[in-house]
Amino acid sequence: MATEDGGSGLNIHPMDQFLVKPLFGGDGTIGMFTITNVTLWLAIAVVCIIALMVLGTRGRAIVPSRSQSIAEVLYGFIHKMVEDTTGKDGLAYFPYIFTLFIFILVANFVGLLPKSFTTTSHIAVTATLAMAVFLAVTVLGFVKNGASFLSMFWVASAPLALRPILALIEVISYFVRPVSHSIRLAGNMMAGHAVIKVFAGFAVVTWIAPASILAITAIYALEMLVVSIQAYVFTILTCVYLKDALHPHH
Amino acid sequence: MATETTEHAQGMPQLDFSTFPNQIFWLVVTLIVVYLLMSRVALPRIASVLAERHGAIQSDLDKAEEMKAKAVEAEAAYNQALVDARAEAQTIVADARAEIQKDLDVAMAKADAEIAAKSAESAVAIKEISDNAMDAVKEVANDTAVEIVKAMMPGAGDAKSVKAAVTARLKG
Repeated sequence: MATEDGGSGLNIHPMDQFLVKPLFGGDGTIGMFTITNVTLWLAIAVVCIIALMVLGTRGRAIVPSRSQSIAEVLYGFIHKMVEDTTGKDGLAYFPYIFTLFIFILVANFVGLLPKSFTTTSHIAVTATLAMAVFLAVTVLGFVKNGASFLSMFWVASAPLALRPILALIEVISYFVRPVSHSIRLAGNMMAGHAVIKVFAGFAVVTWIAPASILAITAIYALEMLVVSIQAYVFTILTCVYLKDALHPHH
Repeated sequence: MATETTEHAQGMPQLDFSTFPNQIFWLVVTLIVVYLLMSRVALPRIASVLAERHGAIQSDLDKAEEMKAKAVEAEAAYNQALVDARAEAQTIVADARAEIQKDLDVAMAKADAEIAAKSAESAVAIKEISDNAMDAVKEVANDTAVEIVKAMMPGAGDAKSVKAAVTARLKG
């Protein structure tokens, strides 16, 4: 692997893992429908989701098998989250929120496999998810509440003089939501994977290798935690935004 | 692999906008597939399994409650039967005791009467024996006194006066 470009003898390219490449050579250009490594790893995530949620539950057992109980735990976890955060009327959107959660969770975990491509480390992916949530929630807010949805930005409990300022802040924070929502997920994924790659690059130096490998192991464990937490965070923020759309009055 | 290692990322591949349409297209396809699978297959299935399990647990609990009530009932019936049986046993014991007492009283009375009769009979016999003995003592005393008087004072008095004197002495 070690090549001679790079002056120090170390040859660390932590960002290479994020390159989008056509899967079947071709002329190297990437069009909209080109089958790339993105396609491959998204497909692998879908296969894993099917294995867990569809094949795993096909026994429909009263006493669940292992995979069925994992699926049930995930279902119960998200169901409770939606109900607790957005209330009973939020449960109508449970399938959408569960789709988001299971996709992010599985894509994150699949991305932790060595040699894999992490789809959720890409802004294009997380921004699409976040914009979908943002647009859906905004449209839903206006459909459900009409113009009174705008009262969300008008803090009636604050002194009158402060209200315009607060309204400005509320509007800005509302539009920053999809940005933070998407960058949080992509940033966490990218940073963790890049750090692992950097440590892996150091492992070619004999006397650093043990420490490097230990560090990779530790960070890998940390990343397992981070990918679950980021899936959770993305989902619960979606629930919070949905609650604002359903009940805009503070 | 050989071709791949020569190709390195310039800056952040995340910001290479030329790959965005591709990523977004495949992401949307993926999300649609996942959504259809979840909303049509997985989630209703899990919901039905959970509901079924909930129902099964509830019916089991109900059944257990019912059985518990039955057990309590059975225990009450058992205790009642026990109390009844004890009461009955007590009356039987009391009856038996009364009957035995009656028999015993009859037997005692009979025995007492018999004993009384026997002792009266014995008293009569004793009296007779004692009287006889007294008579014999008198006889012997008279005879002895007569003989003694005859021996000491020959010809003094007669047997009749001696006898009277002895009888007077015996009475005294």
